[in-house]
Amino acid sequence: MAIVADSQYHVLAVDDSLMDRKLIERLLKTSSYQVTTVDSVSKALEFLGLLDGQQHEIDVNLIITDYCMPGMTGYDLLKKIKESSSLKDIPVVIMSSENVPSRINRCLEEGADEFFLKPVRLSDMKKLRPHILKGKSKEQQQQEEQQQQQQQQQPLLNTCSNGTLLNTCSNGNKRKATDEGLSPERRRPRFSTSHSLL
Amino acid sequence: MEVVQLQGRLIEFTSSLFREGFLDDQYTQLQQLQDESNPDFVVEVVSLFFEDSERLLNDLTTTLGQQIVDFKKIDAHVHQLKGSSASIGAQRVKNVCVAFRNFCEEGNREGCLTCLQQVKHEYYLVKNKLETLFKLEQQILQAGGSIPLM
Repeated sequence: MAIVADSQYHVLAVDDSLMDRKLIERLLKTSSYQVTTVDSVSKALEFLGLLDGQQHEIDVNLIITDYCMPGMTGYDLLKKIKESSSLKDIPVVIMSSENVPSRINRCLEEGADEFFLKPVRLSDMKKLRPHILKGKSKEQQQQEEQQQQQQQQQPLLNTCSNGTLLNTCSNGNKRKATDEGLSPERRRPRFSTSHSLL
Repeated sequence: MEVVQLQGRLIEFTSSLFREGFLDDQYTQLQQLQDESNPDFVVEVVSLFFEDSERLLNDLTTTLGQQIVDFKKIDAHVHQLKGSSASIGAQRVKNVCVAFRNFCEEGNREGCLTCLQQVKHEYYLVKNKLETLFKLEQQILQAGGSIPLM
Protein backbone atom coordinates (compact mmCIF):
# COMPACT_ATOMS: atom_id res chain seq x y z
CA MET A 1 0.00 0.00 0.00
CA ALA A 2 1.43 3.39 -0.98
CA ILE A 3 2.19 5.74 1.89
CA VAL A 4 0.53 9.08 1.21
CA ALA A 5 1.21 12.40 2.93
CA ASP A 6 -1.45 13.61 5.36
CA SER A 7 -1.87 16.81 3.36
CA GLN A 8 -3.76 14.71 0.83
CA TYR A 9 -6.43 13.84 3.36
CA HIS A 10 -9.54 15.94 3.51
CA VAL A 11 -11.63 16.24 6.66
CA LEU A 12 -15.15 17.67 6.86
CA ALA A 13 -15.91 19.23 10.27
CA VAL A 14 -19.47 19.98 11.37
CA ASP A 15 -20.23 22.21 14.38
CA ASP A 16 -22.77 24.97 14.99
CA SER A 17 -20.42 26.91 17.31
CA LEU A 18 -18.10 29.34 15.53
CA MET A 19 -15.56 29.04 18.33
CA ASP A 20 -15.49 25.26 18.08
CA ARG A 21 -15.25 25.37 14.29
CA LYS A 22 -12.26 27.66 14.57
CA LEU A 23 -10.65 25.35 17.09
CA ILE A 24 -11.21 22.10 15.21
CA GLU A 25 -10.05 23.69 11.97
CA ARG A 26 -6.80 24.80 13.59
CA LEU A 27 -6.30 21.41 15.25
CA LEU A 28 -6.82 19.61 11.93
CA LYS A 29 -4.66 21.98 9.90
CA THR A 30 -1.86 21.72 12.47
CA SER A 31 -2.07 17.98 11.87
CA SER A 32 -1.70 18.64 8.11
CA TYR A 33 -5.21 17.83 7.00
CA GLN A 34 -7.16 19.76 4.41
CA VAL A 35 -10.28 21.07 6.14
CA THR A 36 -13.79 22.09 5.20
CA THR A 37 -16.05 23.35 8.01
CA VAL A 38 -19.83 23.69 7.93
CA ASP A 39 -22.20 24.91 10.62
CA SER A 40 -25.07 22.46 10.28
CA VAL A 41 -25.94 18.90 9.33
CA SER A 42 -27.99 20.10 6.35
CA LYS A 43 -24.98 22.01 4.99
CA ALA A 44 -22.90 18.88 5.52
CA LEU A 45 -25.42 16.78 3.59
CA GLU A 46 -25.41 19.36 0.83
CA PHE A 47 -21.62 19.31 0.67
CA LEU A 48 -21.58 15.53 0.58
CA GLY A 49 -24.06 15.52 -2.27
CA LEU A 50 -26.76 13.68 -0.33
CA LEU A 51 -29.49 16.28 -0.83
CA ASP A 52 -29.98 16.22 -4.58
CA GLY A 53 -29.92 12.47 -5.04
CA GLN A 54 -27.17 12.67 -7.64
CA GLN A 55 -23.79 11.02 -7.66
CA HIS A 56 -21.00 13.42 -6.72
CA GLU A 57 -17.24 13.19 -6.79
CA ILE A 58 -16.68 13.90 -3.13
CA ASP A 59 -13.23 13.37 -1.77
CA VAL A 60 -13.70 13.37 1.99
CA ASN A 61 -11.57 11.01 4.04
CA LEU A 62 -13.13 11.62 7.45
CA ILE A 63 -16.11 13.42 8.93
CA ILE A 64 -15.91 14.87 12.42
CA THR A 65 -19.13 16.21 13.86
CA ASP A 66 -20.54 17.73 17.03
CA TYR A 67 -23.35 15.70 18.58
CA CYS A 68 -25.59 18.47 19.97
CA MET A 69 -26.75 20.82 17.25
CA PRO A 70 -30.04 22.61 16.62
CA GLY A 71 -32.08 20.92 13.92
CA MET A 72 -30.46 17.64 12.88
CA THR A 73 -27.91 16.24 15.33
CA GLY A 74 -24.55 14.61 14.71
CA TYR A 75 -26.25 11.29 15.32
CA ASP A 76 -28.72 12.02 12.47
CA LEU A 77 -25.79 12.86 10.20
CA LEU A 78 -24.06 9.62 11.17
CA LYS A 79 -27.16 7.62 10.27
CA LYS A 80 -27.53 9.33 6.88
CA ILE A 81 -23.90 8.61 6.06
CA LYS A 82 -24.14 4.96 7.02
CA GLU A 83 -27.33 4.62 4.95
CA SER A 84 -25.60 5.96 1.84
CA SER A 85 -23.94 3.36 -0.35
CA SER A 86 -21.41 5.88 -1.62
CA LEU A 87 -20.50 7.37 1.75
CA LYS A 88 -20.88 4.59 4.29
CA ASP A 89 -17.20 3.71 4.32
CA ILE A 90 -16.10 7.23 5.27
CA PRO A 91 -15.02 7.15 8.93
CA VAL A 92 -17.14 9.32 11.24
CA VAL A 93 -16.02 10.81 14.57
CA ILE A 94 -18.52 12.27 17.03
CA MET A 95 -17.62 15.09 19.45
CA SER A 96 -19.56 16.05 22.53
CA SER A 97 -19.03 18.22 25.59
CA GLU A 98 -21.08 15.74 27.62
CA ASN A 99 -19.86 12.39 28.80
CA VAL A 100 -23.05 10.35 28.48
CA PRO A 101 -22.25 6.62 28.15
CA SER A 102 -25.61 5.74 26.56
CA ARG A 103 -25.05 8.44 23.94
CA ILE A 104 -21.52 7.24 23.24
CA ASN A 105 -22.69 3.64 22.87
CA ARG A 106 -25.56 4.61 20.59
CA CYS A 107 -23.13 6.38 18.27
CA LEU A 108 -20.61 3.55 18.25
CA GLU A 109 -23.40 1.05 17.57
CA GLU A 110 -24.58 3.14 14.65
CA GLY A 111 -21.08 2.91 13.17
CA ALA A 112 -19.14 5.90 14.53
CA ASP A 113 -15.45 5.13 14.57
CA GLU A 114 -14.50 7.29 17.52
CA PHE A 115 -15.97 9.55 20.16
CA PHE A 116 -14.13 12.67 21.35
CA LEU A 117 -14.98 14.51 24.54
CA LYS A 118 -14.78 18.28 24.10
CA PRO A 119 -12.68 20.32 24.28
CA VAL A 120 -10.81 18.38 21.65
CA ARG A 121 -7.05 18.40 22.12
CA LEU A 122 -3.98 18.05 19.90
CA SER A 123 -3.39 14.56 21.28
CA ASP A 124 -6.81 13.50 19.91
CA MET A 125 -5.66 14.24 16.36
CA LYS A 126 -3.36 11.22 16.37
CA LYS A 127 -6.40 8.97 16.76
CA LEU A 128 -7.78 10.04 13.38
CA ARG A 129 -5.11 8.62 11.09
CA PRO A 130 -5.81 4.89 11.64
CA HIS A 131 -9.48 5.44 10.77
CA ILE A 132 -8.60 7.39 7.63
CA LEU A 133 -6.18 4.69 6.50
CA LYS A 134 -8.78 2.00 7.13
CA GLY A 135 -11.28 4.00 5.09
CA LYS A 136 -8.73 4.41 2.31
CA SER A 137 -8.03 0.70 2.14
CA LYS A 138 -11.77 -0.04 2.01
CA GLU A 139 -12.01 2.46 -0.86
CA GLN A 140 -9.11 0.76 -2.65
CA GLN A 141 -10.70 -2.63 -2.11
CA GLN A 142 -13.94 -1.37 -3.61
CA GLN A 143 -12.11 0.06 -6.61
CA GLU A 144 -10.19 -3.18 -7.12
CA GLU A 145 -13.43 -5.15 -6.96
CA GLN A 146 -15.01 -2.83 -9.52
CA GLN A 147 -12.00 -3.23 -11.82
CA GLN A 148 -12.18 -7.00 -11.45
CA GLN A 149 -15.85 -6.92 -12.35
CA GLN A 150 -15.11 -4.87 -15.45
CA GLN A 151 -12.38 -7.28 -16.51
CA GLN A 152 -14.69 -10.24 -15.95
CA GLN A 153 -17.26 -8.64 -18.22
CA GLN A 154 -14.86 -8.74 -21.20
CA PRO A 155 -15.29 -12.45 -21.98
CA LEU A 156 -19.04 -11.82 -21.81
CA LEU A 157 -18.64 -9.43 -24.76
CA ASN A 158 -17.59 -12.39 -26.85
CA THR A 159 -20.74 -14.19 -26.00
CA CYS A 160 -23.15 -11.29 -26.41
CA SER A 161 -23.79 -12.32 -29.95
CA ASN A 162 -25.24 -15.45 -28.45
CA GLY A 163 -28.90 -14.60 -27.94
CA THR A 164 -29.24 -16.30 -24.56
CA LEU A 165 -26.64 -14.06 -22.86
CA LEU A 166 -27.72 -10.71 -24.28
CA ASN A 167 -29.75 -9.97 -21.16
CA THR A 168 -26.69 -9.99 -18.95
CA CYS A 169 -24.92 -7.27 -20.89
CA SER A 170 -25.68 -3.63 -20.22
CA ASN A 171 -26.44 -1.43 -23.21
CA GLY A 172 -22.99 0.08 -22.87
CA ASN A 173 -21.36 -3.29 -23.28
CA LYS A 174 -23.47 -4.12 -26.24
CA ARG A 175 -22.35 -0.94 -27.94
CA LYS A 176 -18.79 -1.80 -27.16
CA ALA A 177 -19.17 -5.24 -28.59
CA THR A 178 -20.20 -3.86 -31.96
CA ASP A 179 -17.87 -0.81 -32.00
CA GLU A 180 -14.61 -2.21 -30.82
CA GLY A 181 -14.77 -5.72 -32.01
CA LEU A 182 -14.41 -8.62 -29.68
CA SER A 183 -10.68 -8.77 -29.20
CA PRO A 184 -9.56 -7.53 -25.76
CA GLU A 185 -6.13 -6.69 -27.24
CA ARG A 186 -7.55 -3.95 -29.43
CA ARG A 187 -8.86 -2.03 -26.39
CA ARG A 188 -5.52 -1.39 -24.73
CA PRO A 189 -3.94 0.82 -27.40
CA ARG A 190 -7.16 2.88 -27.47
CA PHE A 191 -6.90 3.82 -23.82
CA SER A 192 -3.22 4.61 -23.83
CA THR A 193 -3.24 7.00 -26.79
CA SER A 194 -5.18 10.21 -26.29
CA HIS A 195 -6.03 11.00 -29.89
CA SER A 196 -8.25 7.98 -30.23
CA LEU A 197 -10.66 9.51 -27.72
CA LEU A 198 -11.38 12.51 -29.93
CA MET B 1 9.87 49.62 30.48
CA GLU B 2 12.54 47.21 29.32
CA VAL B 3 11.63 44.09 27.37
CA VAL B 4 13.12 41.80 30.01
CA GLN B 5 11.07 43.43 32.74
CA LEU B 6 7.91 43.18 30.67
CA GLN B 7 8.56 39.54 29.93
CA GLY B 8 9.12 38.89 33.64
CA ARG B 9 5.83 40.58 34.41
CA LEU B 10 4.03 38.49 31.82
CA ILE B 11 5.41 35.24 33.19
CA GLU B 12 4.46 36.25 36.75
CA PHE B 13 0.99 37.26 35.71
CA THR B 14 0.29 34.20 33.60
CA SER B 15 1.50 31.89 36.37
CA SER B 16 -0.85 33.55 38.83
CA LEU B 17 -3.81 33.04 36.50
CA PHE B 18 -3.13 29.32 36.40
CA ARG B 19 -2.38 29.15 40.11
CA GLU B 20 -5.60 30.93 41.04
CA GLY B 21 -7.68 28.71 38.76
CA PHE B 22 -8.75 31.38 36.29
CA LEU B 23 -7.18 29.40 33.48
CA ASP B 24 -6.53 25.70 33.04
CA ASP B 25 -4.57 23.48 30.68
CA GLN B 26 -6.93 24.12 27.78
CA TYR B 27 -5.55 27.67 27.54
CA THR B 28 -2.08 26.16 27.11
CA GLN B 29 -3.50 23.99 24.31
CA LEU B 30 -4.63 27.16 22.53
CA GLN B 31 -1.19 28.70 22.90
CA GLN B 32 0.34 25.60 21.32
CA LEU B 33 -1.90 26.05 18.30
CA GLN B 34 -0.56 29.56 17.72
CA ASP B 35 2.48 30.01 15.48
CA GLU B 36 4.03 32.37 12.92
CA SER B 37 1.39 31.47 10.36
CA ASN B 38 -1.41 32.03 12.91
CA PRO B 39 0.05 34.66 15.27
CA ASP B 40 -3.31 35.91 16.55
CA PHE B 41 -5.05 32.61 17.07
CA VAL B 42 -5.45 32.89 20.85
CA VAL B 43 -6.73 36.46 20.73
CA GLU B 44 -9.18 35.52 17.96
CA VAL B 45 -10.62 32.56 19.84
CA VAL B 46 -10.81 34.47 23.10
CA SER B 47 -12.57 37.35 21.32
CA LEU B 48 -15.18 34.90 20.07
CA PHE B 49 -15.54 33.68 23.65
CA PHE B 50 -16.17 37.25 24.84
CA GLU B 51 -18.83 37.81 22.15
CA ASP B 52 -20.55 34.47 22.78
CA SER B 53 -20.53 34.90 26.54
CA GLU B 54 -21.92 38.40 26.62
CA ARG B 55 -24.74 37.40 24.33
CA LEU B 56 -25.51 34.36 26.51
CA LEU B 57 -25.36 36.35 29.74
CA ASN B 58 -27.86 38.84 28.30
CA ASP B 59 -30.16 36.02 27.21
CA LEU B 60 -29.89 34.40 30.63
CA THR B 61 -30.74 37.65 32.40
CA THR B 62 -33.81 38.11 30.19
CA THR B 63 -35.00 34.52 30.50
CA LEU B 64 -34.57 34.41 34.28
CA GLY B 65 -36.42 37.70 34.52
CA GLN B 66 -39.60 36.23 33.04
CA GLN B 67 -42.70 35.62 35.16
CA ILE B 68 -42.65 31.93 34.26
CA VAL B 69 -39.09 30.68 33.99
CA ASP B 70 -38.24 28.40 31.06
CA PHE B 71 -35.64 26.18 32.72
CA LYS B 72 -35.00 24.21 29.55
CA LYS B 73 -34.03 27.37 27.73
CA ILE B 74 -31.80 28.44 30.61
CA ASP B 75 -30.13 25.05 30.63
CA ALA B 76 -29.47 25.28 26.90
CA HIS B 77 -27.80 28.69 27.33
CA VAL B 78 -25.72 27.53 30.28
CA HIS B 79 -24.73 24.41 28.34
CA GLN B 80 -23.36 26.67 25.60
CA LEU B 81 -21.57 28.91 28.06
CA LYS B 82 -20.04 25.90 29.78
CA GLY B 83 -18.84 24.59 26.41
CA SER B 84 -17.20 27.79 25.27
CA SER B 85 -15.58 28.53 28.63
CA ALA B 86 -14.19 24.99 28.66
CA SER B 87 -12.87 25.50 25.12
CA ILE B 88 -10.64 28.38 26.14
CA GLY B 89 -9.75 27.08 29.59
CA ALA B 90 -11.80 29.59 31.61
CA GLN B 91 -12.01 27.17 34.51
CA ARG B 92 -13.85 29.24 37.10
CA VAL B 93 -16.57 30.23 34.67
CA LYS B 94 -16.96 26.61 33.64
CA ASN B 95 -17.27 25.46 37.25
CA VAL B 96 -20.07 27.91 38.00
CA CYS B 97 -21.87 26.63 34.90
CA VAL B 98 -21.80 23.10 36.30
CA ALA B 99 -23.54 24.25 39.50
CA PHE B 100 -25.90 26.40 37.43
CA ARG B 101 -27.06 23.40 35.38
CA ASN B 102 -27.82 21.46 38.55
CA PHE B 103 -30.15 24.23 39.71
CA CYS B 104 -31.81 24.24 36.29
CA GLU B 105 -32.50 20.54 36.57
CA GLU B 106 -34.10 21.11 39.96
CA GLY B 107 -36.11 24.02 38.62
CA ASN B 108 -34.63 26.10 41.41
CA ARG B 109 -35.11 29.75 40.47
CA GLU B 110 -33.27 31.22 43.44
CA GLY B 111 -30.34 28.91 42.88
CA CYS B 112 -30.27 29.93 39.22
CA LEU B 113 -30.34 33.63 40.07
CA THR B 114 -27.42 33.19 42.45
CA CYS B 115 -25.47 31.28 39.83
CA LEU B 116 -26.17 33.93 37.22
CA GLN B 117 -24.67 36.54 39.51
CA GLN B 118 -21.67 34.33 40.18
CA VAL B 119 -21.06 33.47 36.55
CA LYS B 120 -21.22 37.14 35.57
CA HIS B 121 -18.73 37.94 38.30
CA GLU B 122 -16.34 35.19 37.19
CA TYR B 123 -16.75 36.09 33.54
CA TYR B 124 -15.86 39.76 34.01
CA LEU B 125 -12.94 38.80 36.22
CA VAL B 126 -11.42 36.46 33.61
CA LYS B 127 -12.18 38.91 30.83
CA ASN B 128 -10.28 41.58 32.69
CA LYS B 129 -7.36 39.24 33.37
CA LEU B 130 -7.12 38.13 29.73
CA GLU B 131 -7.28 41.69 28.44
CA THR B 132 -4.43 42.60 30.79
CA LEU B 133 -2.48 39.58 29.55
CA PHE B 134 -2.98 40.52 25.89
CA LYS B 135 -1.94 44.13 26.62
CA LEU B 136 1.28 42.92 28.21
CA GLU B 137 2.00 40.75 25.17
CA GLN B 138 1.41 43.71 22.87
CA GLN B 139 3.77 45.87 24.91
CA ILE B 140 6.51 43.24 24.66
CA LEU B 141 6.04 42.91 20.89
CA GLN B 142 6.05 46.67 20.42
CA ALA B 143 9.25 46.96 22.44
CA GLY B 144 10.78 44.53 19.96
CA GLY B 145 10.73 41.51 22.24
CA SER B 146 9.17 38.08 21.84
CA ILE B 147 6.53 36.37 23.95
CA PRO B 148 8.21 33.92 26.33
CA LEU B 149 7.02 30.32 25.97
CA MET B 150 5.72 28.95 29.24
